[in-house]
Amino acid sequence: MVLTNWLNQRFTDGEPEIEVSAGTVRQLIAELDGRFPGIGAELEGGMAVAIDGEIFPDPFLEPIRADSEVFFLPPLEGG
Amino acid sequence: MDIEAPSYKWVGTRPVRPDGIDKVTGRAMFGADFSLPDMLTGKILRSPHPHARLVSIDVSKAAALRGVKAVATAADIPEIPVDNAFVGDAPTNFRHWSSNVLAREKVLYDGHAVAAVAATSPAIADAALALIEVDYEVLPHVIDVKDAMRDDAPVLHDDLFTAGVEPKPDKPSNVAKRVEFTLGNTEAGFAEADVVVERAFRTKAVHQGYIEPHAVIANTAEDGQSQVWCPSQGHFMIRAACAKLLGIEISQFRVFPAEIGGGFGGKINPYLEPVALLLSRKSGRPVKMVMTRAEVFRATGPTSGAALTVKIGALKDGRIAAAEATLTFEAGAFPGSPVGAGCMTGFAPYDITNVKIVGYDVVSNRPKCCAYRAPGAPIAAYGIESVLDEIAQRLDLDPIDFRLKNAAKEGTKAAYGPQFGKIGCIETLTAAKDHPHYGAPLGPNQGRGVAAGFWFNFAGQASAAVNVNEDGTAIVTYGNPDIGGTRASMAQIAAEVLGIDYDKIRPIVADTSSIGFNDITAGSKTTFTAGLAVHEAAKDVVGQLRERAAKMWDISVDAVVWENGVARPASSNAGDFDPLALADIAAMAGKTGGPISGHASLAATGAGPTFAAHICDVEVDQDTGRITVVRYTAVQDAGRAIHPSYVEGQMQGGVVQGIGWALNEEYIYGSDGRLQNPGFLDYRIPVASDLPMIDTVIVEVPNPNHPYGVRGVGEVPIVPPMAAVTNAVASATGVRMTELPMSPPRLLAALENGS
Amino acid sequence: MIKDHVSTTINGEPVEFLCDPRQTLLDVLRDELNLTGSKEGCSSGDCGACSVMLDGRVVCSCLVLGAEAEGREVETIEGMAQGETLHPLQRVFLEEAALQCGICTPGFLVAAKALLDRNPDPTETEVRYWLAGNLCRCTGYDKIVRSVLDAAAEMRGK
Repeated sequence: MVLTNWLNQRFTDGEPEIEVSAGTVRQLIAELDGRFPGIGAELEGGMAVAIDGEIFPDPFLEPIRADSEVFFLPPLEGG
Repeated sequence: MDIEAPSYKWVGTRPVRPDGIDKVTGRAMFGADFSLPDMLTGKILRSPHPHARLVSIDVSKAAALRGVKAVATAADIPEIPVDNAFVGDAPTNFRHWSSNVLAREKVLYDGHAVAAVAATSPAIADAALALIEVDYEVLPHVIDVKDAMRDDAPVLHDDLFTAGVEPKPDKPSNVAKRVEFTLGNTEAGFAEADVVVERAFRTKAVHQGYIEPHAVIANTAEDGQSQVWCPSQGHFMIRAACAKLLGIEISQFRVFPAEIGGGFGGKINPYLEPVALLLSRKSGRPVKMVMTRAEVFRATGPTSGAALTVKIGALKDGRIAAAEATLTFEAGAFPGSPVGAGCMTGFAPYDITNVKIVGYDVVSNRPKCCAYRAPGAPIAAYGIESVLDEIAQRLDLDPIDFRLKNAAKEGTKAAYGPQFGKIGCIETLTAAKDHPHYGAPLGPNQGRGVAAGFWFNFAGQASAAVNVNEDGTAIVTYGNPDIGGTRASMAQIAAEVLGIDYDKIRPIVADTSSIGFNDITAGSKTTFTAGLAVHEAAKDVVGQLRERAAKMWDISVDAVVWENGVARPASSNAGDFDPLALADIAAMAGKTGGPISGHASLAATGAGPTFAAHICDVEVDQDTGRITVVRYTAVQDAGRAIHPSYVEGQMQGGVVQGIGWALNEEYIYGSDGRLQNPGFLDYRIPVASDLPMIDTVIVEVPNPNHPYGVRGVGEVPIVPPMAAVTNAVASATGVRMTELPMSPPRLLAALENGS
Repeated sequence: MIKDHVSTTINGEPVEFLCDPRQTLLDVLRDELNLTGSKEGCSSGDCGACSVMLDGRVVCSCLVLGAEAEGREVETIEGMAQGETLHPLQRVFLEEAALQCGICTPGFLVAAKALLDRNPDPTETEVRYWLAGNLCRCTGYDKIVRSVLDAAAEMRGK
């Protein structure tokens, strides 16, 4: 399951929660881009991702389980 | 990962830092302390206008001045195209940074760099700057974030269209981005609520305020090979930025980390470094550049000023029914305020079913804002924790009990989406409630406030090496600048793994050519991330020590264990050998396979979020409006404190920066768009006589993703103070301040209106 | 510009230097004499990072001209330890972690020593007001103030 927060207006017809099957963040983005063309570039463009509550600032190969909850988040910066 | 049993020899102790002697004797070399033979002085010409088109820049007279060896403008650096603005997935837009380092086409704030010179003396460099002729076409400017959002506001960037709104806007504006986070249904939640409080707040831009101004020396040889010495929060980042901004290969230069005199987020990004490198390449000589304090204020930092509205509804029993916030952050001259993190952190300490947060990133004619300790979080917490305080008051609930009733715990769905793993929010609030401060009596004109705070804590990339010397001592090499004592933590971690004494280990922060890549020292990640790399490198060494012992005993490596700094046979079956100490094995290294050297390069994950709860007592002078903080206690979950003194120090320092933000500090612009207080006299950071001791309580709810349970420490302590002080002022006076800083004239006016 | 010839005493040693009449004592210490332990944080006398002793009085060396050192006694952070022995303030600062980045530390140590030289038993409030001209952005002053009080107690005990 994937939740996208504000990209949904633009790409998913307002639907914030989408079921996708993918093994990694890279596959997930590819899968989403297939269904919602253009969203891949947005998601790859410096967004962080939270998988089951853990934030990855620079995601790519992070594994996703079948029941994982994935959130795309704006880029984050520490001080 | 299993948490190792907390019976540590070095973790959790307070040894003297390895770099300490140098820092109390004046030997330590900070940015401005280096010099090279034949060195030139570089200086920058800065815009006196907040917004102007650069019609022309004539440097010919400056270049002709005797003693001037190089002059540079944006024409000397490549323009970075829009579609090539990013390096990897990092959020840094280098096209913007290029235009910030040396203005291209327009100047966008008072202090924006326009041109640079390198000359044989500071006096000649100053004279050369005066000879540069800049033809400015002055444009209307906008400073305030709300003004910048108006339809008739001067637009800073013709190519800036608000991202995150549908349909895509058809004309450019100063609103760079809109973000939104929603959970549940806030309308329904507010309908159920017994009490609803809605307030609007303003905060001012504040500077990180590090005492060391930015400084750099760059030296380039005839073959283009360059060396750069500078303080920064990440010399690998400086290397990446210089390469990108100047269009040169990374292998062509090497960045050496000077000791850094404070950063707090403000020394992450490039300012002088690419310019010094450029001037050095043009002149063929070493170039040293040091900012004045006025340049630091006008052209670096600060963090966002903001306008925010917060609306929270609660039931009589104290449960929060719904919460909304709109955060509007100043980004400065280019997009990129920390509004996203502000949105994500503000409600994070609480388990709330219905949440909606909207954020706007807005440009205006101010210096490009950059990270400042938990970027975005203190501003959000200020508004949200103030409103929570008011709700607790209306419901006649103890403010900590109210927060505890709603506190996030393992499994709570955070307002920004994901579920929390193991966290210490409840433990932190409980420790605050149990602290003697919370029940202590107050004097006349005194009040007490509490506030909570959250920070994610980050992980990232790190490399480390542990080299065992032939006498049994060891060198730990890592690549994160030590900004507050991390050398000590790295040595403690290595000592813990190797089982040798802390003072047998010498940690060094290596330059960019001497160790693998490292992320910046920021995001409360160094002790976690670099610490993991050191831990893994030390474990690599232990593996090698066991192998060498096995060879020396002529038994299988599986039959050797490493315990308390010595190799032993795993059992009596393995043989009867006297234990071999690290020094014994090191002395034989040449005969048993060569140098013993452990390495780790990793992309760490699993940083654990941190929560803080602060208690603040203030005393208000009703005649002058002066607020004095008379007692302060900061409670925080550190996961595990490797060196508790430096954890306490981070907490105390963060609190005091937050107190400054609450009471004194602000960027003040005149109607001409120029900064009016670019110095420590008029931009007043807290001094020793303003403050009480800052009591600290370290809570330890170990992070399950780290061998010692480390979370991250540096940032969360600045999150609660603004609200804690504000809530204390409300308790002392009955007046709720909704604008920072609460300087005496502002409070006096509010007291007069309120009574 | 014709340079001034200045004869002075720095950390007990006779020193001669040439300086531009416009150069501050801080510039001279750092740029001419390579005594870079005194730091420049503001060059306007607001931060105290450049604190030195001039004839027994603590001053911001950024507000003193190099030429004014003629015939006077200057003491800097470099002169505080005696050989291998740290001054008690230096040692207690380390033991109690009274520094994080360390850029303000030389100034604090010079100013704190000046306080203890004239008042060996200061109250916390006296320490805080004496050090109010020295800015630290890292520590919140807590561990600095404690270290000065503890070093004073130790020195009185001798």
